[in-house]
Amino acid sequence: MDISVTLRGQTHDLALKNPVLTASGTFGCGLEFAPYGDLKSLGGIVVKGISLLPREGNPCPRVVETAAGMLNAVGLQNDGVEDFCAHKLPSLPWRDTPIIANIYAASADEFADLAARLNVEDGVAALEINVSCPNVAKGGVLFGQDPTLAAAVTSAVRKAAPRKHVMVKLSPNVTDIALMAKSVEEAGADSVSCINTLLGMAVDLRLRRPKLANVLGGLSGPAIKPVALRCVWQIVQAVHIPVVGVGGIVNAHDALEFILAGAHAVQIGSGNFMRPDCAFAVAAQLSAACEEIGITSMEELRGTLQNGSALQCKHTATA
Amino acid sequence: MCRARRAFDLSGAEPLLTEGQSSIYTACMQSKPILSRLPALELTPFGPAGPEGEYRFFALRLPRPGWESWRPGQFLMLRPAAFGLELPWARPFSICHTTARCLICFFQVCGRGTRRMAQLKHGEEVNVWGPLGNGFAVEPDSQTLLLAGGMGIVPFVGYVNAHPKPWNTSMLFGHREPLQCYPVDNIHEYIPLDSLRETRHGELDNFIFTLNERMRDCAEQNGLVLACGPLPFLQTVRKFAKELKARTQISLENTMACGVGACLGCVTRTSDAWPTPEKRGGLVQACRQGPVFWADQVKL
Repeated sequence: MDISVTLRGQTHDLALKNPVLTASGTFGCGLEFAPYGDLKSLGGIVVKGISLLPREGNPCPRVVETAAGMLNAVGLQNDGVEDFCAHKLPSLPWRDTPIIANIYAASADEFADLAARLNVEDGVAALEINVSCPNVAKGGVLFGQDPTLAAAVTSAVRKAAPRKHVMVKLSPNVTDIALMAKSVEEAGADSVSCINTLLGMAVDLRLRRPKLANVLGGLSGPAIKPVALRCVWQIVQAVHIPVVGVGGIVNAHDALEFILAGAHAVQIGSGNFMRPDCAFAVAAQLSAACEEIGITSMEELRGTLQNGSALQCKHTATA
Repeated sequence: MCRARRAFDLSGAEPLLTEGQSSIYTACMQSKPILSRLPALELTPFGPAGPEGEYRFFALRLPRPGWESWRPGQFLMLRPAAFGLELPWARPFSICHTTARCLICFFQVCGRGTRRMAQLKHGEEVNVWGPLGNGFAVEPDSQTLLLAGGMGIVPFVGYVNAHPKPWNTSMLFGHREPLQCYPVDNIHEYIPLDSLRETRHGELDNFIFTLNERMRDCAEQNGLVLACGPLPFLQTVRKFAKELKARTQISLENTMACGVGACLGCVTRTSDAWPTPEKRGGLVQACRQGPVFWADQVKL
């Protein structure tokens, strides 16, 4: 079965052999997972967030397991864009699978510099703008929570990277995520991915201390899937650009639920920690899962969610 | 009912290496990690049962994964299918021991995950990925002092079993729980083992004194010190290693989500002695560059 999809952007399309991508920050640069599956079998690889200069991130502990999820406050530790271009990108199978660089910066100008640097790399198919990482007090939260700032960053990256598909990863920590999506669409985004982590915290009752050194962290994992589905559904109705669903997807059925809600593609995040072959397994099992529910392409399912409860629909169908 | 014991059956066990093969270790051979779906074979409780009849220490026997080889000190990630969506993370464990057919994983119940593991039934599915990380140094002809704190004893079961000249090694073991909670007989079978139990205030000082003495003896013969245990224990070992100029490796047990280098949860800071200049004073991952580090190369 052909499960390829194309993210038709305003400026650039992004063709994917299947709709299963990895989520930034959960898949390293990709090579960490090469022992557990064929990287070329994935729809795309979204690499760990990259900044212009190396970043140390936050102090430890910076990850903690919670019920059906986890909190992280890694704080975008990375070796910087030059290290990525020189040492990691050349080892990735970029001719066979799109590599999507997740980018983080503290200002629109810095975003533009970073985007311009990656624009010249043939191995990078698309940029995913991180306007929503909740861990870095100076940047992410502000961009991702203000439609005007998010638009300014999108527009800066769009101009600086004319060769690349530009995806914007949205934060759920806003009042109206559809408004944010509309704003970045107007600023030239080719697609949006949603959601980034939900701001949360965990405490140790005995020690009377937060479990993360940063106190606050981003919640991910199966616990956030309903929130992610809701966000995808709301955004799909507000914009014309493709939406990539992220949040708690651990199997092919989860992935198809997001397609049903209107997503063009999905990203596997914390699932990669549950099993290092999770993303590979979702990609491999998608065709069978489609057959199981009686569809022959992603288009047939995408956005076909009926109104009302499943029970009511069933009654209508039999009436 | 299972009977508590302090050694698991190693019949059919074969040393990982014979004497002539010891160069394989120094060549730092890395076996590619794999993901295996395994049925739990047997859960053997160790130590006395608690007031409710519950055990807290177990040897979990699994079929041996298709690993080409592994090095003592390496670890695996283990996640029973029964964790479901509720417990998303696998748990990291030192590789305790392997035989031709079996993999032994030794654990203490200390949280939600290990509590669930203590209920594993025969045939229940367990996902295991490994072998991961680097492993301890093996210098067959050096006097080798093994320092274990509590559950830090686990990787040394495999170590003494694989060592080409175990008569050159000895162990000092500090623990709080009764001795029969730990797989000491599987070590004592090969090498001399001195154990000190801390039950009262003041006994820790005695252990620290002995630790210092033993490390001093080892350092004077330019021996190798290997340590595994809780962080305060490793901090003490690291301090003595510096004072006594003892060549010392320590195995860290940092919290980690993935074990493969992606989550960046297990990072530790390097010192000025780290081999690559650009990483000095920076962060390295315990799961990939460790979990075993030369004590002078990291800060704790």
